[in-house]
Amino acid sequence: MTTILVFVEHKNGSPRRASLEALGAAAGTGLETVALVTGAGAAQAAAALGTHGAKRVIVVTGADTYSPDGTAADLAAAAQANAAKAFVAAASATGKDLLGRVAGLLDCAPFADCTGFKLEGGAFTVVRPIMAGKAIMTAQSDSPVLCATLRPNTFPVVTAGAPAAVSQTATKGGKVSVTAVAAKGDAKLDVKEAPVVVAGGRGLRDAAGFKVVEDLAAAFGNAAVGASRAVVDAGWRSHGEQVGQTGKTVAPQLYIAVGVSGAIQHLAGMRTSKVIVAVNKDAAAPIFKVADYGIVGDAFEVLPVLTEAVKKARASS
Amino acid sequence: MRIIACVKRVPLTDAAVKIGADGKSIDNAGFEYMLSFYDELAVEEAIRTKEKHAGSEVTVLTIGPSECSKELRECLAKGADKAVILTDANWASRDARSAARVLADKIKELGADVVFCGRVATDRDQGAVGPMLSSYLGAACVTDVVKLDLGPTGGTAQRETEAGIETVAFPLPAVITCDKGLNEPRFAGLKGIMAAKKKTIDESKAADIPNVARVVKMELPPPRKAGRIVGEGAAAVPALMEALRNEAKVL
Ligand SMILES: Cc1cc2nc3c(=O)[nH]c(=O)nc-3n(C[C@H](O)[C@H](O)[C@H](O)COP(=O)(O)OP(=O)(O)OC[C@H]3O[C@@H](n4cnc5c(N)ncnc54)[C@H](O)[C@@H]3O)c2cc1C
Ligand SMILES: Nc1ncnc2c1ncn2[C@@H]1O[C@H](COP(=O)(O)O)[C@@H](O)[C@H]1O
Repeated sequence: MTTILVFVEHKNGSPRRASLEALGAAAGTGLETVALVTGAGAAQAAAALGTHGAKRVIVVTGADTYSPDGTAADLAAAAQANAAKAFVAAASATGKDLLGRVAGLLDCAPFADCTGFKLEGGAFTVVRPIMAGKAIMTAQSDSPVLCATLRPNTFPVVTAGAPAAVSQTATKGGKVSVTAVAAKGDAKLDVKEAPVVVAGGRGLRDAAGFKVVEDLAAAFGNAAVGASRAVVDAGWRSHGEQVGQTGKTVAPQLYIAVGVSGAIQHLAGMRTSKVIVAVNKDAAAPIFKVADYGIVGDAFEVLPVLTEAVKKARASS
Repeated sequence: MRIIACVKRVPLTDAAVKIGADGKSIDNAGFEYMLSFYDELAVEEAIRTKEKHAGSEVTVLTIGPSECSKELRECLAKGADKAVILTDANWASRDARSAARVLADKIKELGADVVFCGRVATDRDQGAVGPMLSSYLGAACVTDVVKLDLGPTGGTAQRETEAGIETVAFPLPAVITCDKGLNEPRFAGLKGIMAAKKKTIDESKAADIPNVARVVKMELPPPRKAGRIVGEGAAAVPALMEALRNEAKVL
């Protein structure tokens, strides 16, 4: 039986949402869905995957220390052993890292950060933005295994099915190993995965000016702070928060751009957000061209009031 | 150390995009080009590595048109020693697998202890060629590197992930893909520009490895539906909250 192989990331045994989305997209093809989990806590993560679309789960053993090339070798071997027609993962830092390695091992074409993924008439079709979202490519693959990563917040998580059959396999091991992870505070959501992003730009005047953005993000409870390149280059915010062509591509439910002009390279990273709100004191700022809702005004006057309103709305819901 | 930086010519990041007449390509008429942003970081890191390890040599390598000599000459002016163009009339539409295979063959021929790539080329936005190369070369690979500490037989690198900063240990030979934050690329000085004039750029035809990624359609993104200004200043907050709650339903 032909299968589709999904790499599932987890944090201490709890699967990452972006991976569950990839699992859902894979299950949606109707092929037998095989998930692969690795690292400390893999067995625990495996238990939860049957009800999110996995028919079978492969738990990689002997891989408590994560090795990217080892995991790629494990995935390539699993793809071959299970006659996989496709390999998919979330377009996270880890998924993107694995995509090229696995595609190389299988000598197949990779498709990164897809926003569409379908199996129709026996052929996979993927959709992916290119040139920073200025064009949308629909493609098919002539290689035996389609390799793709799927953009987070784009595919729904499925919650149906029965517990999956779990098997174990020993890791092939790799040359490269992750020796330490300096975790961000638990409270800090990643800008790529957060359902709400509050992004600030040079309009916030200085690093301290970001307080109004942080307060608004905190009021949402599920928001991450994003930044324009101008403020990252100025050293006000870290590289990890930069949204745009040379930063991260995000697609949250709600993106609030504050004091961001909306340069084409910034729009590249956020234009597929579901709802965009802009707060800018210049009514002619290009950000208003992509915003669903705009407030023309001073961030330092608008944001504190908006923060209070969000707090109130959350308290009453 | 034998150091190679893989670089790609891409359209300027603010280029306006038109779809080709076949509906499957991008019309590149009128495009102006630059080295991909992250490839500038790769070149800088290659030169810094050479400066730290006596007796090293940096080669910049590209698959592209002959005209790429313009961008490569600049790399030579910054301190690279050699430049190689594998020419290809269809360079812009070559898929990642084909590019990685051609580059891997050339890298095997040249010999390399470390290969620097960009995190992603800002045209196709794949970020795949670096790690693919490592699979074809059987070399170690660390992607999206923001900090690098390289010794004669291996090193450690840091990369940013959703979980935090990962520290990764790797042996040589290795492929390193460079992310923003790793370094600040230098500008070429007058002396470098003069020296670059005497360096040769080696040009030969890229092997023809057919694409396996087949584009079936190329389109402009759907326009976002027109938005509206809900008001001015703090007084507009209630109107915004109302729209987010009842219209957009995101609260
Ligand atoms: C190769 C390349 C790659 C790039 N990659 C990226 C990228 O990944 N991400 C990115 O963001 N940019 C990127 N850029 C840079 C981009 O072109 C812009 O320079 C940058 O996005 C501008 O940042 P900004 O909007 O914060 O600043 P500005 O353009 O200076 O805009 C500031 C805005 O704040 C408004 N403002 C000022 N005061 C207030 C106030 N009190 N209240 C409310 N609004 C106020 C102003 O009206 C203005 O619109 C890239 C550029 C290049 C060349
Ligand atoms: N045609 C090419 N010539 C040389 N290097 C390339 C080419 N295409 C991609 N690369 C390298 O691979 C990196 C990632 O490219 P991509 O996978 O296309 O995003 C680039 O930053 C380059 O370092």
